[in-house]
Amino acid sequence: MSIHLPQTLNEALHMLQVVPHAQILAGGTDFMVEVNFNKHGVHDVIALRHVDELKKWSHDTVAGVVTIGAAVPYADMEHGELAQLFPALAEAARTVGSPQIRAAGTLGGNLGTCSPAGDALPVLFALNAVINVASTHATRSIPVADFMRGPKRNDLAQDELIVSVTIKTVAGWQGYAKVGTRNAMVISVASASLVLDHVNNSSRIALGSVGPTIIRCIQAEQWLQGVYDFTSHQALDDSIATEFGQRVSQESRPIDDHRSTALYRRHAVGVLAKRLLQRGSAQ
Amino acid sequence: MSETQFYSLRVNGKQREVTDAWLGESLLYVLRERLGLPGSKGACEQGECGSCTVIIDGAAVCSCLVLAASAVDTDITTIEGYSDGALTDVQQAFIDEGAVQCGFCTPGLIVAVHHLLEHTPRPSEMKVKEALSGNICRCTGYGRIFAAVTRVIEQRDHQ
Amino acid sequence: MNLSAVRTRRDTLGTSALRPDGGPKVQGSFAFSSDVWADNMLWGATLRSPHPYARIVSIDISEAIKIAGVETVVIAEDVPGQLTYGLIDSDQPVFASEVVRYMGEPVAAVAADHPETCRRALAAIRVEYEVYEPHINPEDSISGAVPAIHPNGNLLRYQRIVCGDQNATGPIVVEGEYEIGMQDQAFLGLEAALAIPDRDGAGLEMIVATQWLHEDRKQIALCLGLPEDKIRLTLGGVGGAFGAREDISLQVHASLLALRTGRPIKMQYSREESFFGHVHRHPAKIWVRHHASADGMIIKIEARMVFDGGAYASTSAAVLINGVTHIQGPYRCANAIVDGFAARTNNPPCGAMRGFGVVQACFAHESQMDKLALACGLSPVEIRLRNAIRTGDRLITGQPVESVAPVERCIRETDAIPLPPDMTPSPHELSLPGGSGRTADRRHIVRGVGWGVSIKNLMYSETFDDFATARCRLQDGVVTLKFATSEVGQGFVTLAPQIARSVLGVDTVIVEPMDTTIGSAGSTSASRQTWMSGGAVDGACRLVRERLFEHVAKEHNIDPLRLEIDDTDIIDTFGTLRIAVANASAGMVFEETFEHHHRPTEDLDENGQGNCHVAFAFVAHRAVVDVDTELGLVKVVQIATAQDVGRALNPLSVLGQIEGGIAQGLGLAVMEEVLMVNGIVKNPSFTDYLLPTALDAPEVVAVLIEEPDPQAPLGAKGVGEPPCISVTPAIAAAIRAATGRAITRVPVRPSDICL
Repeated sequence: MSIHLPQTLNEALHMLQVVPHAQILAGGTDFMVEVNFNKHGVHDVIALRHVDELKKWSHDTVAGVVTIGAAVPYADMEHGELAQLFPALAEAARTVGSPQIRAAGTLGGNLGTCSPAGDALPVLFALNAVINVASTHATRSIPVADFMRGPKRNDLAQDELIVSVTIKTVAGWQGYAKVGTRNAMVISVASASLVLDHVNNSSRIALGSVGPTIIRCIQAEQWLQGVYDFTSHQALDDSIATEFGQRVSQESRPIDDHRSTALYRRHAVGVLAKRLLQRGSAQ
Repeated sequence: MSETQFYSLRVNGKQREVTDAWLGESLLYVLRERLGLPGSKGACEQGECGSCTVIIDGAAVCSCLVLAASAVDTDITTIEGYSDGALTDVQQAFIDEGAVQCGFCTPGLIVAVHHLLEHTPRPSEMKVKEALSGNICRCTGYGRIFAAVTRVIEQRDHQ
Repeated sequence: MNLSAVRTRRDTLGTSALRPDGGPKVQGSFAFSSDVWADNMLWGATLRSPHPYARIVSIDISEAIKIAGVETVVIAEDVPGQLTYGLIDSDQPVFASEVVRYMGEPVAAVAADHPETCRRALAAIRVEYEVYEPHINPEDSISGAVPAIHPNGNLLRYQRIVCGDQNATGPIVVEGEYEIGMQDQAFLGLEAALAIPDRDGAGLEMIVATQWLHEDRKQIALCLGLPEDKIRLTLGGVGGAFGAREDISLQVHASLLALRTGRPIKMQYSREESFFGHVHRHPAKIWVRHHASADGMIIKIEARMVFDGGAYASTSAAVLINGVTHIQGPYRCANAIVDGFAARTNNPPCGAMRGFGVVQACFAHESQMDKLALACGLSPVEIRLRNAIRTGDRLITGQPVESVAPVERCIRETDAIPLPPDMTPSPHELSLPGGSGRTADRRHIVRGVGWGVSIKNLMYSETFDDFATARCRLQDGVVTLKFATSEVGQGFVTLAPQIARSVLGVDTVIVEPMDTTIGSAGSTSASRQTWMSGGAVDGACRLVRERLFEHVAKEHNIDPLRLEIDDTDIIDTFGTLRIAVANASAGMVFEETFEHHHRPTEDLDENGQGNCHVAFAFVAHRAVVDVDTELGLVKVVQIATAQDVGRALNPLSVLGQIEGGIAQGLGLAVMEEVLMVNGIVKNPSFTDYLLPTALDAPEVVAVLIEEPDPQAPLGAKGVGEPPCISVTPAIAAAIRAATGRAITRVPVRPSDICL
């Protein structure tokens, strides 16, 4: 039983090598719930609290690429420059738990846990984010869709750490919406993030809590591309939005659980898709 | 218990030794059961009630979700760190406006309100509600709590 | 309500005196029961059944007891006294020994040096179960379709009410079936106690959060096989109760561990354990049929009410009586036939929660009133005004309503409260249904308005003499009060000194710790403490005042009847004598104890007839909600209410009760439910049992109807329960108005609105 508090990323990676089954502790908002509820024990912990490299983000304006450290708390995404760069991420961040949770919780945590209800994950999918992981001997960059392997399963090897998330800025509209049965501090029953790419005249939509993983609705996106010109700035016909919602809904794979029913989730996610498209096209 | 930890935490400006601790102890547990600071309350163990809110390095967080042993080399402020006998304006307003009933959520709320007003001296009504949406109160229905916050904002404005 | 207007120089009755425990509470220094500790203390923890229904084949504690730091493990055979406990029927085992009847039933308890050691010890106890199919349908329990799951049978109580002409009918007949989900009290301060054994091992002291110290003591003593005087209970700080601390939870377990180890035992539940460790609000299914005249006057009510009591009796029998006797609502009705059942199942035990059986009845009768209004072409307000009960009317139990019954006034004053302004063209995104999820825009929202009105009995019913005791001592102008009244947050510690100041003309009032060294105060429940313990404090203070007046009269050679308290002085109403109470009592000690008893009540007979209740209070609620009809999400915008309070002894406290009760009723209306699948609780946590947050709280506009009740010792009615009762149907009605959906079940789920 041990705890390690590395000061640098290299130190953290080295510790991970030395203590191969170590538990990684970032914001603690998932980890400590499991400990407190006696769902898993505590043995050897590497706490990333003091690794400042992981708490930074940077914007390469030339390449149009933003890299967000895995330990940047959601609170930092809700407002300010990051929020302007990625409004959908800001909207998702604002729905994560409570202000106290957002001050601690991180993208690295959402990716480490890989719950289909992870609030930021649909946004990362819709933005085609790339997950940067590292070990002492190598670094890898993995598209988020490949990183998330299943419910609470990801591509991370035992000696790897999630270092950062790289996202290309997108010219166009982006948004996020989440259904929960309370007006704040609620686990997602269904969520969706939509990105309208004005340069490539395409859209990407990803859904949360309606399948074993985050779901990209490729067919609905392709259909939309065929019927609507994102660069035209023309008013969107309501029937297009409605059909888009229906098509998105058909691509969802929800289940019944204590938070909701498959039937409602399928319905709700379609409504979210419709409304996001209407919002996005009205801009 | 075997497998114990020794570490030191900086709480309310004082360095405090923690000995013979189990590694899995939350900061909330250590504050309450080891350091004699029971003001922070536990009511959910999963960050869904805010009763255990403390300030760590300037951020208001749930101490039930902080692994205590990971909080070394941070500045921790608990409810006990807000007043040395005399009440703060926020504390006084909570009493005056009837924002306290059973009082279990109160310490966490006091910390959250101080933190809010420190960063946003004149929050809008919705901002107050959003900032306090992680602090569950089961007794008051929040009406008197909002009234207390409004009172503090007005008082500070007049000063 | 202008609260500052009623603040005066002295914190007497009628002023918004501030809480004396406010300072410690805002500073975090107030000692809740979970905050207390003792040297050399051990932690206690409970092993609970993972199955809703199973036979215990064997329990092997041998591995658990070997773990370093574990001091003892106790099971059913270690219980020295009575093996079962319970508030009304002693039918619940301290530890299950042969059969477990609900998920979470205690099977064993351990004492160890650290909570984590306790967890490991619990995990090391091997219990072999033969798992049975749980009986979860109360109808099967009623019909006898399933074998008895308890020696006492599967019917906890049946009560019929038959009144008036059974053949009466009218041109308007409306009926409906309604369902109420299982709500949890969800107090924030989890169950906790510290049990300290006496040196001789023959008794113990316990600091505990409870609603009723003396009843706890009685049950602990029986289970430990000790005389009551060997057990001393002191109230630890209580972090809310709402009914969930009326039954005992960890009291016997902690006592047992303390006596076994000879060391102090601290026990406190986690939130998850708390969901299994206390009773919940009864889920209920209610069928009702109203017969009315064309102009909407109720002629007859028929009802069949089924309450799921869960595995053990708790207070189910009393909850059921409240349900059946309140199904008529605050409306006149001459003819009725009502059948009520409280059934035993393998679901979690249900018992007391704020509103106590009336919440369920009210959702049904108020839903019916709206149906009736529609059928008669009347507004929701008009139908309720036409049928509103008045003082002197007889209930379907034959009991006359002797309490002040300002039902009509409650409705009219609520109706006079201005509606909130219409939604602005671009409302704040967090103010819309869906809140921070940003699901809706302005155009997706439909607004609805709905009504609920209720009647609630005060105090215990059916011949129960739930008296309260208080002692008052006046010494050198300072009053010391003693009572065992549980302060759970409601503010009796504020009110009691107000009473003493008003009666005795003193300013300094000390409230001693609540414990069992004085007689019982009864339970902090049933909206009863202001009336009962308030009456006891008032009575004790009046006795002291008599003694004081006798003393002053003797000294001045006048008739004590001429004396009166004026502010902080004693004055001679026929003369010029004026003497400060502080001076008059200098060097003297006056001490008196008073027991307040309410008037006797009767049992219901087999036809449900009898004066079973003590008194009644009334309230009206009007809800305004915004609904996202496509997603089924709801934001409650405003609750307007006028409540019959008798007399507002502390307007700020009353408002706190009103706003807090409304939030709990809102919770039941749109989000709070303990979910079960085949007896398994699916959401025992605050992640999945949702309580209203600051962003869910509506604006509350409250009017206090003050018509002092002559029966009430201070003219004041209990105000705790009424706020949470009719607000739930009011919100449901507002959702109906916005959506056109039938809404026959609470909590209303999004899918009930949009699918």
